[in-house]
Amino acid sequence: MTQTHKPLDGLLVLDFSQFLSGPSAALRLADLGARVIKIERPERGEDGRNLYLSDCVLEGESTLFHAINRDKESYCVDLKNPAQRDDLNALIRKADILIANFRPGVMQRLGLDYDHVKAINPHIIYGEISGYGNTGPWADRPGQDLLLQALSGLTWLSGSRDDGPVAMGVPVADIFTGAQLVQGILAAAFAREFTGEGSLVQISMLEAMVDFQFEPLTIALQDPQQTIERAAVNGAHALVAGAYGFYKTNDGYIALSMGRVEDLARLLDCPALLPYCDPALAFAERDAIKQILADHLPSQTTAHWLSLLEPADIWCAEVLDWNQLLAHDGFKTLDMLQSLPMSGGSQLTTSRCPIRIDDQFLWGSHPAPKLGQHQGAINNEIKNER
Amino acid sequence: MTQPMSAMQQTMSAKQHAASQLPLKGLTVLEFSQYLAGPYAGLRLADLGARVIKIERPGSGDACRSLATKDLWVDGDSLLFHTINRNKESFCADLKSPHDLNAVRQLLAQADVMTHNFRPGVMEKIGLDYTSVKALNPQIIYGEVSGYGNEGPWVHKPGQDLLAQAVSGVGWLSGNRKQGPVPLGLAIADMLCGTHLAQGILAALVRRQRARKNGGAVVGAKVQASLLESMVDFQFEGLTTYLNNDRQLPDRSAIANAHAFLGAPYGIYQTKDHWIAISMGPLGPLAEALGCPAINKNDSEAFSQRDAIKTDLAKHLRTQTTDHWMTRLNAAAIWASEVVDYDQLLDHPAFKAVAMELQVSRPSQNGETSLTVNTTRCPLRINGQRFTSHKAAPRLGEDTDHIRNTLLANSTTAHSSQGETAQ
Repeated sequence: MTQTHKPLDGLLVLDFSQFLSGPSAALRLADLGARVIKIERPERGEDGRNLYLSDCVLEGESTLFHAINRDKESYCVDLKNPAQRDDLNALIRKADILIANFRPGVMQRLGLDYDHVKAINPHIIYGEISGYGNTGPWADRPGQDLLLQALSGLTWLSGSRDDGPVAMGVPVADIFTGAQLVQGILAAAFAREFTGEGSLVQISMLEAMVDFQFEPLTIALQDPQQTIERAAVNGAHALVAGAYGFYKTNDGYIALSMGRVEDLARLLDCPALLPYCDPALAFAERDAIKQILADHLPSQTTAHWLSLLEPADIWCAEVLDWNQLLAHDGFKTLDMLQSLPMSGGSQLTTSRCPIRIDDQFLWGSHPAPKLGQHQGAINNEIKNER
Repeated sequence: MTQPMSAMQQTMSAKQHAASQLPLKGLTVLEFSQYLAGPYAGLRLADLGARVIKIERPGSGDACRSLATKDLWVDGDSLLFHTINRNKESFCADLKSPHDLNAVRQLLAQADVMTHNFRPGVMEKIGLDYTSVKALNPQIIYGEVSGYGNEGPWVHKPGQDLLAQAVSGVGWLSGNRKQGPVPLGLAIADMLCGTHLAQGILAALVRRQRARKNGGAVVGAKVQASLLESMVDFQFEGLTTYLNNDRQLPDRSAIANAHAFLGAPYGIYQTKDHWIAISMGPLGPLAEALGCPAINKNDSEAFSQRDAIKTDLAKHLRTQTTDHWMTRLNAAAIWASEVVDYDQLLDHPAFKAVAMELQVSRPSQNGETSLTVNTTRCPLRINGQRFTSHKAAPRLGEDTDHIRNTLLANSTTAHSSQGETAQ
């Protein structure tokens, strides 16, 4: 597939960040066309290089690191070495965007905080992720995803009432924060075309998690008398009434979304629901409604129930696992996967950027760089510009 | 051929732009989207300074106006609608009426961005698909949200959050092994998809503005995102591991699962009085800090033996309070935290320190009082500034007359909007 002009072609990003929140933001900018150079410490490189999922290794490297850092370059800098420091400054002068996610004070100690960087390049957009902001009692806590879930109230939203706190099993705080940072960086890049000036764009994972929960938090802030409580049975969303949830069937699971209890009673031939058909009862009686359905639906297959509900336009779906998803034509038609050639001859298979522009997918081309892989080429570029 | 800049953009000098502190000041966004995904993108663009005008059908408007959670309403609109649509304007138009459609076309000719989340085919029927809109305004950025893309067997499946979660496989990542699939308890597909849409729109705006400045070919763009693609992207870490690891499905730990692909101790555990979250890290120092030799295993076993290790850890942590454990864990610099609920969070100095609370207001319908909504602000800060517009969500059609008298006033085909404003 030929690569068309991508929207951020011509922009240079220096990615100082580690693990997932910052690097996922840089990955999105790379997918949108920017050139991204990871700035790494010599020898060890970014800490994410040594973090594995399921002990999974491809050509001796972490698949996780490859997923997050594909389509980036790697350049090592020893910040204590003055000559290398000069080279880094030369890169900063060329760069449009910088991303960092160290704890508060670290970039300052390295002489790479916004004021320092701005003095080198006033046009740069400096994106900074912290865990909990730069002040307050949590400022020095580790900004790790699970801890953010625990401290932001998020763990009381998934699962059912008696489950205790339930973590979302995906690093949602990292991913959501990185995605928000991209918006701020691009808005600042837009403004720069008018002002000629760069910007400091900041977000903390805590602020991002508050925004992520803006629906339930607005309720809690607007009406402190309200309690945000998960359903006792088949919990899916603490604020939603009625059947809303995943249910076991004879051969799998079915998702029932918002809809009238009356329709479910009739279409599923479930008379036990009849006393709960008044929409005014849908929230207050959701536990009873869910329990009736949880007892009723295991009697037949998912396909059977879907055949009764879908023709009546009831919002429902089969609950799939990844094997079923990837085998489904609904997934295949999205052309969501890409294979990138590793240096040792194997292929890294991963998903592509979810955004389409002008009917084009934004494909990647390379797996993550080896540590310092682009050292020589970038040094030459710096030399040629001197 | 150079295209004229939008009216707002032309009057915007660099100096004014810098002074405004709002990076998207001067941009106009027409939002045909309803519910959450598209409007969440619009909310962020509004936060960052764009003028966002909701284009709503007379009488009922955005269906979210009448979708209440917990039966909470403010001034006739659901609190949910207020949450998602603060800081926007509302223009009523019946897209089936040629007269209204004409007015909308004139707005589109002046707009920088539009978004919609109608099901595939609807905009073609109305005549507001990208090709038609591009003919009116070649530089427009046209944002489109769908549930599952524009073709294939799921095209007509409702683009609803829980259903997108269901087919995406994400249910098998949360909860413990013996549980069925566990949904994520927020509208995550909607919110991620709206975010991805906004990213694409912003990237296209950057491209357009750079071309204007550098004298390149100035182009608009069509930007598309779908709930399912966003959910696949959300799971990219685990999916990549699965795809390169013989397609071994994620297997949640038997207890304290918080990430199906991570070993012990990663998870949330009950203590004598509450709960504690323990992140990743070597087992030896953790065993020492907690006085729990049973979990002092080789780190190479942290994944393969995670159930046994987590079981021993869970038994041990139940013997003392969260405070007791946190003191020891903090002293050893081990990544852990207490587990906070909303009551604790909203009163906590750490929550006050990020100043996320925002009060918005609008005059009541009779204009005598002011109605307020307490909500949260945009999570971004730029040059130290927080974005804190106090403008509440618009009443249906609140801005129809004003927009007709301003943006549409110079047009020969603009008409009075009598009878078409809020019902």
